[in-house]
Amino acid sequence: MQEESLLQMRHIMKRFPGVLALNNVDFTLRKGEIHALMGENGAGKSTLIKILTGVYQMDGGEIKVEGENVTIRSPQDAQKGGISTVYQEITLCPNLTVAENMFIGRDEKLWVRNKEREKKADEILTSLGIPARARQQLGDCSLAVQQMVAIARAVDMKCKVLILDEPTSSLDDKEVNMLFDLMRDLKSKGVGIIFVTHFLEQVYAVCDRITVLRNGELVGEYLVEDLPQVQLVAKMIGKELDELSSMGEGVEKKTVNNEVFYEAKGLSSSDALSFDFSIRKGEVNGFTGLLGSGRSESVRAIFGADKVNSGEVKVNGQQVKITKPIDAMKHGIGYLAEDRKRDGIIADLSVRENIILALQVLNGVFKPISRSEQEAFADEYIKALNIKTASRETPIGSLSGGNQQKVILARWLLTHPDYLILDEPTRGIDVGTKLEIQKLVLKLAEEGVSVTFISSEVEEMLRTCSRLIVMRDRHIVGELKGADLNQAQVMKTIAGGESGHE
Amino acid sequence: MSKKAAKKGFTAGLGQLTIPLVAIAILVIFNLIRDPSFFSIEIKHNIDGNSVLAGNLITVINGASELAILAMGMTLVTAACGGQDISVGAAAAIAGSVFVKVLKSGASINAGTVILAFLLACIVAMIFGAFNGTLVAVFNIQPMIATLILYTCGRSIAYWINGGATPTVDSGIVKAIGGFIPGVPIPTPVIIVVVMAIIFKLLFHFTSLELLTQSVGINGSAARLNGINPTFIKLLSFIILGVCVSVAGCIGVGRLGLINHETLLLDVEMDTILAVAIGGNNLGGGKFKILGSIIGAYVIQTLTITLYAMNVSSTDVKAYKAIVIILLVVIGSPVVKKKFEKFMAGRASKKAASEAKGA
Repeated sequence: MQEESLLQMRHIMKRFPGVLALNNVDFTLRKGEIHALMGENGAGKSTLIKILTGVYQMDGGEIKVEGENVTIRSPQDAQKGGISTVYQEITLCPNLTVAENMFIGRDEKLWVRNKEREKKADEILTSLGIPARARQQLGDCSLAVQQMVAIARAVDMKCKVLILDEPTSSLDDKEVNMLFDLMRDLKSKGVGIIFVTHFLEQVYAVCDRITVLRNGELVGEYLVEDLPQVQLVAKMIGKELDELSSMGEGVEKKTVNNEVFYEAKGLSSSDALSFDFSIRKGEVNGFTGLLGSGRSESVRAIFGADKVNSGEVKVNGQQVKITKPIDAMKHGIGYLAEDRKRDGIIADLSVRENIILALQVLNGVFKPISRSEQEAFADEYIKALNIKTASRETPIGSLSGGNQQKVILARWLLTHPDYLILDEPTRGIDVGTKLEIQKLVLKLAEEGVSVTFISSEVEEMLRTCSRLIVMRDRHIVGELKGADLNQAQVMKTIAGGESGHE
Repeated sequence: MSKKAAKKGFTAGLGQLTIPLVAIAILVIFNLIRDPSFFSIEIKHNIDGNSVLAGNLITVINGASELAILAMGMTLVTAACGGQDISVGAAAAIAGSVFVKVLKSGASINAGTVILAFLLACIVAMIFGAFNGTLVAVFNIQPMIATLILYTCGRSIAYWINGGATPTVDSGIVKAIGGFIPGVPIPTPVIIVVVMAIIFKLLFHFTSLELLTQSVGINGSAARLNGINPTFIKLLSFIILGVCVSVAGCIGVGRLGLINHETLLLDVEMDTILAVAIGGNNLGGGKFKILGSIIGAYVIQTLTITLYAMNVSSTDVKAYKAIVIILLVVIGSPVVKKKFEKFMAGRASKKAASEAKGA
């Protein structure tokens, strides 16, 4: 591996009104290196990247690319300087072809021959081993391939520095591996890659170096070999190791044998096949399965989020009809949606308004919550959940992901639900907040609230749930409890070899 | 320090109202320089022998009434649906025609029949509002496309209602709606604007409609999963606009004492949308301030009257109006706003730095 430095950021400062987002941060990227940028939400990762890509201007410090000072005032400057970014959300146009997406906005001439363009696109795709053809519509490709096309576009723009901002959060394991192969290939070609992710294992699978930020300050730069996973977590959240393990232990679950709170027979919706399900008071259960296995669709059917087609539902032993979200809410059910941006936050509204929203809807149009009450509720939950926000009037959209999620949690907690459905509450948020949310779930259960907890991280579910429902191909294929609650058994059930003799 | 904080709070509180308020202030100052007596108010005796207020200021405030009322309803539709209703002028012609038709069908016109006629006009306008709303909320048609239908056929429907005639209504009560109530020196349309504004204020005070509408406008999908029925909220916004439309239509009838389905509130829809935009409301929906739109309506009217006072011919007025509006819209655009904020932040930090040095 070459040690030649490709990108140097020195003493970077960035101030936002009331916050010092980056304080004297250094970052170095070498040629042919995959460098993980780690830190909790609000640590300054995205700010640093946005400075590098010209979205924000730094207040102090210097940036050198290949030893030369550069000023980056706009994303165009960054691209010209050889810095390209691929974001978590695909920013290409799904209704154009792969080739068009790769060259759009970059053609020198006004009239370009499609054939020429497609030929060139195919060459690049083949050379990078991306399984897509130039004439395919981008929207027809899988998410992973779309992401790779975005990378191919960046690479073809002669980028020296490639920034991958959470590229793997919507990919499954196989797709992640494909992406990693591509990253290694680029690395061997001398491209420096900055990799931002929340998945710790992925850092160890593909990265050479790790830079850790905390509260806008540099914690340090480490070789991957020198920094075991536990220590990385400790550095990120700034707590000592034993403290961390005791946090894990504090999470304690028990099996309950209370009466059944919710029961559904033959419940089906426009998106979920018919299934039976019940949950006891104070029980934490989980739905697990691969992406697209129907776990989200099933819980959405419980909440009436999609059109409910059939099913017999009992709440507290009473037969009820739940066909739309407000029905479920009136029966004490809350639902934290999987896609926080699309289905959770009301971005332009304040933290206060976002917190009281569900309660206000429950109260009805004619019983508005008074301003002073709203403020009291907001303050109470900002404190209780340790939500980091400049004030209760800050628009929720400007909070970090983890804090947004806490606001949505607060929204549902404020309705004092009897049954709370949490669909991926910990996705894309930092380790510290993850533990806080897990602890909160168990605390709720102790208070007698039933909780359904969904997470793509099986470990998290094993830690919190006393019963796991396993889904595959939109069917429930197993239910695990007690001694069967371990990673191996879950994997086996998901994979379909119940006895594991395959 | 506390002074600084107070100042900050003041500008933050004004927020989106800054631009319309500054615009109106500039127009007023401009007129005062041009003609110091421009805004003088005097008391005159009108033909009915009432003593009433008169002057350019009254003309502006009075003349903007229909626009202000329509802008209130339009703000709500804009916020909930992220689009605009371009059929308000045509719908007002229908409401006005119904109003006149009911008045004409009775033997005599008294307060009772006027109220009945107004209520029927309201109901009809609300039904047409519900029609627009259904297309938008249930069938997910772009608001401008959906309301294009009524925009196109609305004045024909108004024509049918009175059999193609433009009947006059000879009634003191109806004239009072568009003019003055005997003994009250303030024009009735202005009083109606105030009443409507208070009704909206009370509506938002005693219901949570403001929060629900904003939620639907910003993120309909999330709103639905929080138990809100976005279809109903959008539909409701169109029905409320229907009420505003019929009020505006009846004022229009009162001003002339007749219904002319071809000219009543002609081209008012574009000014209405403009008033909403000048008021700092996002035409893409979401957060809104009704007060902004009301001020926006007065900005437009002040501009028009100023141009007339400067002897600009009525054909040229539109072009001059366009220039001023381009300025307003550009100044209010996110690009300029951001630049301005940056500039202010830069100054503040410089000031802070020099203060720190001084200390």
